[in-house]
Amino acid sequence: MAAESLLKTARHSKYTSYRKILYHRFFVGLLLFIVVSLVFTVVFNALSGSAPRTNVFLPVNLESRSEVQRLEDDAPYTQPRLGNCTYWECFDVYKCGRGGHDKITIYIYPLKNYQTAKGNSVSHFSREFYMILDTIKHSKYYTPNPEEACLLVPSIDLLNQASFSSKHVSQALQSLEYWNNGENHLIFNMVPGTAPNYNTVIDLNTSKAIIAGAGFNTWTFRYGFDVSIPVYSRVAENIDSTQPKQKNYLIISAQLNIPTNYLEDLQSIASSSNDLLLLDKCKDDVRTDYSKRCEYTTGREFKYPDVLKEGLFCLMVRSARLTQAILMDIIASQCIPIVISDSVVMPFNSHVDWHRIAMVIPEDNIRNLLKIVHSVSKERRGELYWQLRWVYEKYFASIEKITLTTLEIINEKVFPLVARMYEDWNMPEHLYGPVNPLFLPVTASKSPGFTAVILTYDRVESLFTLIRKLVRTPSLAKILVVWNNQRKAPPPSSEWPVINKPLKVIRTSENKLSNRFYPYDDIETECQLTIDDDIVMLTPDELEFGFDVWREFPDRIVGFPSRLHVWDNVTNSWRYHSEWTNQISMVLTGAAFHHKIWSWYYTHRMPAAVRQWVDDAFNCEDIAMNFLVANVTRKPPIKVTPRKKFKCPECTNTEMLSADARHMSQRSACIDRFTTIFGHMALQAVEFRADPLQYRETGSGVPHAYPDIGAL
Amino acid sequence: MQAKKRYVLLFISCAFLLYFYYGSHHLKADIIQKDGHDLPSFATLDELTELPSKLKRQPTIKTIPCRMETCFDFSKCGNEPKIYVYPSDGPVSASYRKLLSVVRESRFVTRDPNEACLFIPAIDTLDADPLSPEHVSDVATRLSRLPYWKNGRNHLIFNLYAGTWPDYAEGALGFDPGEAILARASASETIFRDGFDISLPLFHKEHPERGGLPPAATGNPFPAPRRHLLAFKGKRYVHGIGSETRNSLWHLHDGNNLILVTTCRHGKSWKDLRDERCDEDNREYDKFDYEQLLANSTFCLVARGRRLGSYRFLEALAAGCIPVLLSNSWRLPFDERIDWKRAVIWADERLLLQVPELVRSVPPERILALRQQTQFLWEQYFSSIEKIVFTTIEILAERILFHKSSTRREALIWNASPGALGTLAAYGDSRSHYPIASPILPAPPAPSTPLAPLPAPSVPLAAPPPTPGNSFTALLYAQATSPALHKLLANIASSEFCEKVVVVWDSERAAPSLKSLSRLAGDLREPLPVLVIDATTHYPGEGVSARWQPLWAVPTAAVFSLDGDAPLLAEELDFAFLVWRHFPERIVGYPARTHFWDEAKTAWGYSSKWGAAYSLVLPGAALVHRAWLALYAAGAPALRRAVRRAANCEDILLNCVVAHAARRPPLKLAQRRRYKPAHSRYRSSWSDPEHFVQRQSCLNTFATAWGYMPLMRSVLRLDPILFKDPVSTLRKKYRKMELVTL
Repeated sequence: MAAESLLKTARHSKYTSYRKILYHRFFVGLLLFIVVSLVFTVVFNALSGSAPRTNVFLPVNLESRSEVQRLEDDAPYTQPRLGNCTYWECFDVYKCGRGGHDKITIYIYPLKNYQTAKGNSVSHFSREFYMILDTIKHSKYYTPNPEEACLLVPSIDLLNQASFSSKHVSQALQSLEYWNNGENHLIFNMVPGTAPNYNTVIDLNTSKAIIAGAGFNTWTFRYGFDVSIPVYSRVAENIDSTQPKQKNYLIISAQLNIPTNYLEDLQSIASSSNDLLLLDKCKDDVRTDYSKRCEYTTGREFKYPDVLKEGLFCLMVRSARLTQAILMDIIASQCIPIVISDSVVMPFNSHVDWHRIAMVIPEDNIRNLLKIVHSVSKERRGELYWQLRWVYEKYFASIEKITLTTLEIINEKVFPLVARMYEDWNMPEHLYGPVNPLFLPVTASKSPGFTAVILTYDRVESLFTLIRKLVRTPSLAKILVVWNNQRKAPPPSSEWPVINKPLKVIRTSENKLSNRFYPYDDIETECQLTIDDDIVMLTPDELEFGFDVWREFPDRIVGFPSRLHVWDNVTNSWRYHSEWTNQISMVLTGAAFHHKIWSWYYTHRMPAAVRQWVDDAFNCEDIAMNFLVANVTRKPPIKVTPRKKFKCPECTNTEMLSADARHMSQRSACIDRFTTIFGHMALQAVEFRADPLQYRETGSGVPHAYPDIGAL
Repeated sequence: MQAKKRYVLLFISCAFLLYFYYGSHHLKADIIQKDGHDLPSFATLDELTELPSKLKRQPTIKTIPCRMETCFDFSKCGNEPKIYVYPSDGPVSASYRKLLSVVRESRFVTRDPNEACLFIPAIDTLDADPLSPEHVSDVATRLSRLPYWKNGRNHLIFNLYAGTWPDYAEGALGFDPGEAILARASASETIFRDGFDISLPLFHKEHPERGGLPPAATGNPFPAPRRHLLAFKGKRYVHGIGSETRNSLWHLHDGNNLILVTTCRHGKSWKDLRDERCDEDNREYDKFDYEQLLANSTFCLVARGRRLGSYRFLEALAAGCIPVLLSNSWRLPFDERIDWKRAVIWADERLLLQVPELVRSVPPERILALRQQTQFLWEQYFSSIEKIVFTTIEILAERILFHKSSTRREALIWNASPGALGTLAAYGDSRSHYPIASPILPAPPAPSTPLAPLPAPSVPLAAPPPTPGNSFTALLYAQATSPALHKLLANIASSEFCEKVVVVWDSERAAPSLKSLSRLAGDLREPLPVLVIDATTHYPGEGVSARWQPLWAVPTAAVFSLDGDAPLLAEELDFAFLVWRHFPERIVGYPARTHFWDEAKTAWGYSSKWGAAYSLVLPGAALVHRAWLALYAAGAPALRRAVRRAANCEDILLNCVVAHAARRPPLKLAQRRRYKPAHSRYRSSWSDPEHFVQRQSCLNTFATAWGYMPLMRSVLRLDPILFKDPVSTLRKKYRKMELVTL
């Protein structure tokens, strides 16, 4: 083998040696290059020290807390907390939005074990704080680059006043690289103050730092600057969302640390009424067993926190601190909290409306507890009760939720345009439905008039008749013809009827029914009349009156032909009904007035599945529109003037009948389908229609305002 | 080949070296993967359930700013706070005179200082600027001399202008408010006592006492096309404070989309102190008209001036020009209850140059909502001094009510129609108790609790009924028994939705003893309960208003207010109720009337002639929400006096009250026959000209009291679907309504 290979080498020696040299040179060069650059980087890094580093920033490592930093005894302290800080004075807004961010960016300082000169840690590191930092690190706000950070979070655990030394933490904060008097720093705290004074804000020189703290009162809370958070309770996290069918107690008090004077008041209430279940520690316990509670006189034992679910109302009373961890247990158990804690700032009170989830009773009024609770109406009880679990799961359910809510509140302050509205924060859509975009109670003004939008394909003759009739309506401002035929061009302008109102033809790129509901820029009025090209039987009086009715109900569909949906018990499905009935639930958009915003909703806000269904079936766009408006406004449409024949007179052959039946079953299918997509039957049936005041009235001597109405 | 391998090996090891150098952190993290679960909790359960220590608290700060619970005496206040206005002494400005007169004519006022809960001094504190001509001197000593002053406890003091040239210090009021509640304009977050003081809007001297301008931009075109995107036209100051922002505005001005023009012309010495930009600024400034800018711009800049607030805030609001605030730390008017996020855009003075970008990125649907809200807020809370003062009082009244009974109106009642001035705080505790136009999905009921024996309460703790409910209560006003009354009662008994009948008996003769109405033969329901209330003994002196007094007996939100002889069929009662369920905020009924402006007499006229439109539906046969009747009962004393004096017009007043609160016209229903309210209590017949004259004068009294004509017109009538259609009557549900005609 060896000989053979030698032979080979010899045979190609010249060639190989040349290649060898090439390889050699190449690799030596490469090696040199790597080594040199490596040395260069190391040296450069070592020399440059804290000078601007390269763009590589490493995310903070939450696991290594071993790096020790000693604080000398004479290290400088931070400034005391500024009690009158506002967002405008103590927050450097220029740090936000750097690098094109449209949201706040947060930097977490590297974790260090700060130790006193004697070698004691200045603070314990807790699981909850770890989770806060971990949440921030994985949130959309996190940045590893301190230079572009808008908020900076010191990685010293300050959640519990008892587990850190204020003096040394102050030194540690001062030693932070970007401290700068606490500007744009965020400090989390849940248990503030120590005996005997129990300050309602963390006892620490925090200077200008924002405090996300629990238990603020209205004096220590800096309005629009600090964020009030709840005291996290680990117990609450294990409470599930199941509820008993019936609540056994009206009010439960399961808090262990109720101050004695208030406890006496409660005891006197409990002794005279069965409505209050007053629970306390179990007496036989040597060490407090927190999973048990005993009725304070009989000693009957209850399991905690399970017992909370049996109450409709549960008490949280001020104690050493203003808010208690039990509040979270109560909310998670879907028991309506009764907060008895004067001048407390409730968690997230700037955004979460506590009036919707809790009762607040002044401490003076604790004796009237029963009277106040009895006076709560059935409706309010229902509203409070159903709000609780939703709010809990949205804002309070875990450290992660609490942290993210805090950050969101700060984000909304810095970027007010992204702020969500009251309804988004406080009104679950499954309970309250969507928000009506037209909420101002007005009668729309008559002067702008309405724009007629005619969808047409090729029935030119009928179209021209319609246009000639339409222009006789006084309030018509403009006609828009949507030409839905791509193969054929609209007739030349010379052939169009000569009219005294502006007319515009829009050619569509695809023959879709949804084109009639596109919010064209050419519709300059609030009101649009959607009309089919064969609806030539409406008189100018009827149209004018229809417009006047729409003006009084500008958020509804107001139109002429109406239909009804009915539940078919045989097929267990919805059926579309076009007979002469005493009820209506839809107004067909073959001739109907509606606000332009609904066209915009139809195009941009309606579930895509509905629009897809309409375009696929080439039918039911009017039913979809009725569903859409009824779903958003929760109001039925309005039918105007008596029944008319809306079928074209010439199409009365036998073929129509079978086509009709097919048509009806398809439309029934539409109703079924839309009900599924919207999640509920949005349509409502009503028994009234709108007529002119003098309709079918004779002999009053006053001329009728809309004389030509109701002829068949 | 060996060398090749060697080099490759070297290369790989180099790569490793590099990887280790740069990527070591990742690698380490991968190896020690932890999630903090072995860490201790932040606090033990013992720590979390700490009791206050027995040690004595050491007072930390000696004087803390006032809060309601520390500086207000609730003990004197009932559910509806009474206000005592001190007798006038000394000069007051026009604005303060209007303000006092509004309070004096409100339902809150009392002449007895001993039953008062709030005190308003007649000393003009509006203008604390000694340089101003409106300034009243020596306020401090005069306040302290007030007989019930007690360091300001339970006093309400109004102030619009604090501080003076050159620094306009916010705290410089010229007196020490002590424990008095300050209702002040231009307050900053720093000086404002949160939850205690009330922030006011700054209003002009010409601001009307009542009525006020209607909102200017109630149209809701979408997308809203206005000529300019952002506008500002105002002074900038060449001396003194307050002009930093305004000085830089010219940078943003582009003459078309963004109109931001300033002038240096103000005061006396501007010419001496003017800077190099003044002439150019003045030129641009004169090109634009202020009113035109407000009407033609989507957004209006509201920049701070000498003080944080400015007149332009209300002006922009009225014009439907969405305010863009450049006034850092300003507490907006009534922000305790008004959610300004719905109506304004906050900009930051420090980020002035980002304002154009900010307003450009507001989506059109948000603009539509913001614009509507400006109009709603303007009309509801700001358009007159009366509204501003009532809003202030309403906020205080609600704080007091909240302290007493832990209820208050929801945020959504304040920030959506009908608003806080159209609802009574003490009436209900849920939105579903109020007549709200947009249907509210009712929350499912809370699980029930067992009934425990209650200590018998002295008054029944009856919560108001939910809207719209499934039935109505017939509230009859009868002065004599007649065949018509018997017929009506029989018809009510066969109505499908009537739950209870309450008869208010207003006659010298003895009330009929009626306990229930039996149903028709074949009707399996229980007899209909009837309650007869003798108005002469229960509500003496109330006059015709007594007909809506016994609301305690009404268990439904829908109240069918009926004259004793109203010729209504059961069908008509039921149809009206089914319609009303969709319009609980309106009066829905049969007899319609109209009002008109009489050019010849330059006064309002009242007519029962059948024109094309109507504006009143008489509650002789109409459904009204129970809350509106409660609001009627809490109406201004002057109006109720007018009704009592005339022994008439209560129906007109109710229409005005509802129209003023809901800003919607009533609804008239299908005409069966011409309904004549046989006002048997007036000896004159309804066609008597005397009667019309009286009603006409009522109408004018009411219009004066409100400062405008609240009634609104409608042209439509609601009929059953097949009403008078040429189809078989067998198909029709409401056939009897068509059969009888006059």
